[in-house]
Amino acid sequence: MTRWRCPECGYRYDEIAGDLHEGFAPGMKLCGLPTDWTCPDCGIIPAREFVPDADGRNPEADKR
Amino acid sequence: MSTAAALPWKDRKRYLWIISAVLPALPLLSLALWSMTRNDLSLWLTLLVVYGVIPVLDLVLGEDRSNPPEEAVPALEADPWYRWLVYAAVPLVYLTVIVGTVFAMTAELGLLGYLGLALSVGWIGGAGINIGHELGHKKGLFDRTMARLSLAASGYGHFQIEHVRGHHRDVATPEDSASSRLGESYYRFITREIPGGFSRAWRLESERLARQGKGPWTPGNEILQPALVTVLLYGGLTLWLGWQALPFLLLQAAFAYTLLSAANYVEHYGLLRDKVGEGRYERPQPRHSWNSNHIVSNLVLYQLERHSDHHAHPTRSYQALRHFEDAPQLPTGYFGMFLVALFPPLWRRVMDPRVLAHARGDLSRINIDPASADRYQNGHRPVAA
Ligand SMILES: [Zn+2]
Repeated sequence: MTRWRCPECGYRYDEIAGDLHEGFAPGMKLCGLPTDWTCPDCGIIPAREFVPDADGRNPEADKR
Repeated sequence: MSTAAALPWKDRKRYLWIISAVLPALPLLSLALWSMTRNDLSLWLTLLVVYGVIPVLDLVLGEDRSNPPEEAVPALEADPWYRWLVYAAVPLVYLTVIVGTVFAMTAELGLLGYLGLALSVGWIGGAGINIGHELGHKKGLFDRTMARLSLAASGYGHFQIEHVRGHHRDVATPEDSASSRLGESYYRFITREIPGGFSRAWRLESERLARQGKGPWTPGNEILQPALVTVLLYGGLTLWLGWQALPFLLLQAAFAYTLLSAANYVEHYGLLRDKVGEGRYERPQPRHSWNSNHIVSNLVLYQLERHSDHHAHPTRSYQALRHFEDAPQLPTGYFGMFLVALFPPLWRRVMDPRVLAHARGDLSRINIDPASADRYQNGHRPVAA
């Protein structure tokens, strides 16, 4: 599993791409993210609570 | 029910949100009034509206607890009308700060008029923080840029990081400098909230830049970017109008700061999330923010007062925020509560019984100010309001 999703707001974290704005280099595993780091979009979901993001799934569908 | 289902839901507030968008121009109206009457009292119009008219209207017109039906929410969220109403307010904030400062420097104002104008412009700086708040929760670069511009008008550009990454993560915990504690007065809260917010924002941004392999003093620093806008705005006005413009600008900005403090003060007073592990708290729920459904003040603030839903679902847009039955309710809207907060004994009389009732009297489920913990722990119960 390399693609993860914030269950609250749909932000996606892809381990292959990383997140350069957040300072996570390509290849950075989700479990390697800082423990006090939260989703950059909603701010409330820590990385350990991210859910697997199946390819082709529309994250907006889960937006509440 | 069958007739209701046959009719598509319509947002009755669709056009009423224009009120939030034009609020930043209110001081311009008072400037026009001054030009006609030359009466310094006319420069107190904005304060009369926010501290007089709106609190009274909140009491008279009361609450609206209705929610949009869930099936209407995706279209409501996607409708660009609502977003544009927020964008449109940003230039008005700048217009008011610039025109207000020019007016203060060029018109023959007495102390009364000068003060009224400074506080009015400061109020609009505070409205600009509210606008920046709404946009700062959105995902697009344009929205976030507009958010920082709106915040920069009052020198509060660090708010975006502080709020989304700091306050929302830590809300309703003792760790949060922007969550007020039971027994903490508004004035003491200000001295904790303002420096606490700045240092948390700086720490979060420094950590992000460090992960990129950079130090904090880089053009990519998203606190320094809006700070530069503030320096250019205030510096430009000072160069243009003379040094006397600077104290005016700093005075209105300071007032804007205290308004954000007032909002933060009323939003989470005494509320506490449960610990679910070492250093971990339960996810923010509607019960962790004070909510207000008061019609008029919500129409002025892009429904900021439906704060319980906002913290439970931070990326939800203002027009789609909901009322929750299990959320603790403020007795009136923010504007009235800001006035109550100015008088700490009155505040405690109004709010402490509500905090205790919400926690069912269990002090371990309340965010208590350590300095005033004795007052609550010695069996003393605040008198019912
Ligand atoms: Zn998220």
